[in-house]
Amino acid sequence: MRLDILDRGYRPSTKLLFALIRLFSGHPVPDAAKLVFYRPDFYGAQAKAFTHEAMRGPSAWSVGDRELMAAYVSKLNESAFCIGAHTATATQAYQDGPRVAAVLADLESAPVEEPLRATLRMLGKLTAEGKLGAEDMREVLAAGVSPQQVKDSLAVCAAFNTTDRLADAFGFEVLTPEGFDAGAKYLLKRGYR
Amino acid sequence: MPDNDKLRAAHRALVDRVLNGEGRASAQQRARAFSNEGLSPPVDALIGKVATRPTQVTEADFAAAKASGFSEDQLFELVICAAVGQSTRMYEAGLAALAEATVDERPDNAT
Repeated sequence: MRLDILDRGYRPSTKLLFALIRLFSGHPVPDAAKLVFYRPDFYGAQAKAFTHEAMRGPSAWSVGDRELMAAYVSKLNESAFCIGAHTATATQAYQDGPRVAAVLADLESAPVEEPLRATLRMLGKLTAEGKLGAEDMREVLAAGVSPQQVKDSLAVCAAFNTTDRLADAFGFEVLTPEGFDAGAKYLLKRGYR
Repeated sequence: MPDNDKLRAAHRALVDRVLNGEGRASAQQRARAFSNEGLSPPVDALIGKVATRPTQVTEADFAAAKASGFSEDQLFELVICAAVGQSTRMYEAGLAALAEATVDERPDNAT
């Protein structure tokens, strides 16, 4: 990573944990995981709590839907690490790779439900332009999305606009497909805590 | 379904921690990184990229900021503040648009 402290600045107990993870998973600890272990009191602890609530907390959106939102937002941000991580996680959550690939290739022609499409469109505009109007939201609500679902999707959008920026600024190393698959399996089993 | 208040509370806790908690960068510098406003060159270039075009951040941006006196721990904090700040503005813009869209609907719902 672009800061040496994020590669080497960990306490001995954390370094031991990283070594054990590498040993048992067969993969190095992803940079996204390392980041939240560095001075966790500053960022990691609160970031994990918010991201976990957004991605795994109570919501009318499925885990697959929320992982797809994370992948879609990351795609718009061109954040290579997060596209790989959340494409893999959405694919495993849905057990449907073509569905995820179709959304990321072309949202408008993808075979997904209209409420999800309208929500992704809204998140895409917010991510690309940084702003939204009431009219954008009326279109989402008219597609059958509840106000609470909109709020839940905005939290996913906030979490991944943060993580995407950190991944690209700090220079997270892109994993192999096997590495992303292993990470996805972990995220579906344990979440973001 | 009741409002998931835990979401807003968890987000506020994150923002409050990075801005107001103990840090190696001053609270003023962290606030400036969060708002992407008022930092001096060269660190302003790094922070501006984190906020608006993070894929363009380079090693040279970090090297220039370090050469001007920032420690790695300070840059760790300022980059995080910039990322959280930009995404917080998006979150708030989305929630404000939703509030505006749903307020307009309320008279119909009340009847």
